[in-house]
Parts: sequence; structure tokens; C-alpha cells
Amino acid sequence: MGMGKAMKSKMAKRAAEEIKDGMIVNLGIGIPSLTPDFLPSERFVMFQAENGILGMGSSPPLMQEDENLCNAGGFPVTLNQGGSYFDSATAFGMIRKGYIDMTILGSLEVSEKGDLANWIVPGKRVPGIGGATELAARAKKVVVVMTHTDKNGNSKLVKSCRLPLTSRRCVDMIITDLGVFQVVDEGLVLTDIFEPYTIADIKEKTDADFSLSEQIRYIPESFIEGV
Amino acid sequence: MKKPYNKVVSMEEAMGHFFDGMTIMFGGFGGVGSPPGLITSILEKGIKNITLIGNDTGFPDIGIGQLIKHKRVKKVIASHIGSNPIAGELMSSGQMEVEFSPQGILAERMRAGGVGLEGIITEIGADNEYLAEGKETITIGPKKCVIETALTAKVSILYAKKADEFGNLIYDKSARNTNPIVAMAGEWTIVEAEEIVPFGSICAEEIITPGVFVDMVVPSKGVNWTWAWEKQ
Repeated sequence: MGMGKAMKSKMAKRAAEEIKDGMIVNLGIGIPSLTPDFLPSERFVMFQAENGILGMGSSPPLMQEDENLCNAGGFPVTLNQGGSYFDSATAFGMIRKGYIDMTILGSLEVSEKGDLANWIVPGKRVPGIGGATELAARAKKVVVVMTHTDKNGNSKLVKSCRLPLTSRRCVDMIITDLGVFQVVDEGLVLTDIFEPYTIADIKEKTDADFSLSEQIRYIPESFIEGV
Repeated sequence: MKKPYNKVVSMEEAMGHFFDGMTIMFGGFGGVGSPPGLITSILEKGIKNITLIGNDTGFPDIGIGQLIKHKRVKKVIASHIGSNPIAGELMSSGQMEVEFSPQGILAERMRAGGVGLEGIITEIGADNEYLAEGKETITIGPKKCVIETALTAKVSILYAKKADEFGNLIYDKSARNTNPIVAMAGEWTIVEAEEIVPFGSICAEEIITPGVFVDMVVPSKGVNWTWAWEKQ
């Protein structure tokens, strides 16, 4: 979508902060798949891929790819110590039974109630429902990473979704290129702002209502220096 | 002396089971673990009006996506078609019907078909107007659930790393994906295997799919497409 590497990196790095030691984490394709690049090397985490991997590792070096060891997006990965392979039904058994501590995924729209819409733009684009319905419904924590607005400048944080829903009331946190929101019973709460943006900038670009956290964290542009 | 339980056949013999208007269930996830030789042979035989059942529609030139690109498919039951834009275009223009199931629910519908059940009951999707449309609902305790019907197919096609002559199978890493489920769900199951070994020479503890589910085994010549990541 022509999004700059710096923008992707800051969103992925902020998402990586949510990954704690010992977690089982499922990553969607796109920006979510970049989050492992921003984890400290001592962080112990097992990544699950819905095509049948637990303990998925990083991309292999060039020319060492294995065509039969790929992530859910079809790109080569490796297997970490303690990892395992299984069929797709077992992969979703883990998901539905609630063993996934966190899923990080992309979206087309999120409502202020935490509804997720990320599978179809009728008549235009049809990604398909994929595994998101089950992941969003049953992962203990659902983090959405998406651009704040679409390519026409329309807010993707909406009062209620216009697009067909993937799953209702499931999103816990939204990380955009402008800031971070938590979804609580009362609605959205702005918790972080990426500098140089201001509360006024975010209000202008957001259709959904949101309140302000008592202590808003301003994330400096130096956040991704050296990345 | 006749070999016991020998299911190994030529590709030509396997192709005798394919005809226009049939339902084909296929193994694979984004093309990984899909049977390249069987797909090429279905294309070459000119089979059309196919109903496809499987995880996703691959890429236009990778895996099952090739059958869609060449307009051999009238209906797809899958969870995801995003990696094959041609599938989205054919769906939007009404040239191909697409039925979506959530990925794990689709896997369980296929598994139900493969283990002799009529369907599964799940809360997933019950509150979603698209996913619940036209489906019977049932209430279990506090949960409103939908009944998701089992899926079977005239023929299942899949890819295995190794098969013995009886059709006992093992798979290769993440190329396992839907293959063990697809292996069980077909009325007639054809396996394309990278390596075929004599009857009984795979360690019994390592077999993932018992050969009883398999009807035919054909030798593979390997993948005949270029992966998306190889083009970078």
C-alpha cells in the first residue's frame, strides 16, 4: 500500500511490547509478521501458525529456504527448539480451546465496541474469512495493527462497522500509525501517541468516539532509530 | 507372487477417476502441500465445472489456483481466497460461486466427513449474519450455536512426503496442513507421494495417515511452479 518502512516498523515495534515471556502468539500476515524482529533476544515466546506449526522461527537465510516449511502466508520460516508440526484441525483446536495468549492481526475497520471487519469489501476485494473469526473470538488478547485511515483518508476506526463483520466485540487493542487505543466496556481509550502527532490530529482523523487515558504516553520518533 | 495391498498406480490410471462436474477436495495451504502432478494432469485432461473444497485457492500459478485461473471451477468451498486475485474477480463478477467457512470450522467440516459424522456444532460464527445465513441453529446451555454440515468429495487429492504401497503416509513439515484431513474425507483418495516405499517399511509409530483411508498412490515429480518467495 506504499506504506513506508518506518511507519510499519514503529507499529510492529509497539505491538512487540505486548508480547511477554512464555506467551503463545499467533501473527497475521503483513505488519503483524514483522513484530518478531523487534523482540529482545532473551524473550521466550512460541509463535503458532494456523497452517500447523508451534514454535515457528525466523526467516531462513537466502538459498536455505525449505518449500515445505512456510508460514500461513506461504513464506519460508524455520522451526525453533521444542517446535512441532500438526494438521490444520489440530491448529484450530489449539485456537478454539483458548491456548493462544495473543493474536496480532490486520484489519479494514474496527468499531468502538471492538467489532472486527477484515474479510471482504463487497464488490471490490475478497481476502476471505480465513482463520480470523476463530482467532479473534478465542485468543485471550486480540491486538489489531492497521493504518489509521484508508487510502482515501477515511477513518478505519468507526462508530459501527460498515463492512461485513469477521467477529463481534473481540478487539482489545488497536495500534495505528498515529497512536494506540485500548478497547474497554465504555469504548475506546487513547493511550499512546506517536510523535509528532497530537490529540487534535487524532481527533480529526477518527470517526469513532474515544476518551483519553489519564496518562498518555508520547512515543518519540527516535523509537525506531537504528532499525 | 502378488504383492499384498499394492495401491501404487500410474498417473494415467489415476486420471480415470476424474470427470466434468465432479467435486474434488484438495490438500494444501497456500499451495504448500498441494499435489503438483495431479493438478497438472487434471488441467491437461480438460476437466471442468469442478466444485473444489479446500483451505484456500492458492496463487494464480501455484497449487489449486491454476484450475481457477483456467476457469475450470464453478464453485469453491474455502476459507480464504486473498492470495489468488483471479478467484476474487470471478466471484465478484458472478462467474464462480464461493462459499466461505472459517478456517478451523472448514477443517472440522472436512474432518467430520472423513470420520463418518454428519456435521459439527459450534458457537463460532453463530452471531455473524454472513456465516450463520441459512444454517440451522441449536442452543446448548447458554450458547447459541450453528450446525455446520460435513464435507466429502467424489475424489480427494493430496500430497505426502512418503507412502508405502498400502498408502500409509507421512508428511513433510508444514506441508502436512490439511492433507491428513483431506485423506480421510474423499470417497476415493489419491495420494501423490514424493517417495514410495515397500509395504510395511514405514515405522508404525511415525505413520500420520493409516493406509486404510487411501485408494491410490502415484509417484510425484515434485513441484512444477515457482513459489512467490522465489521471485524476490
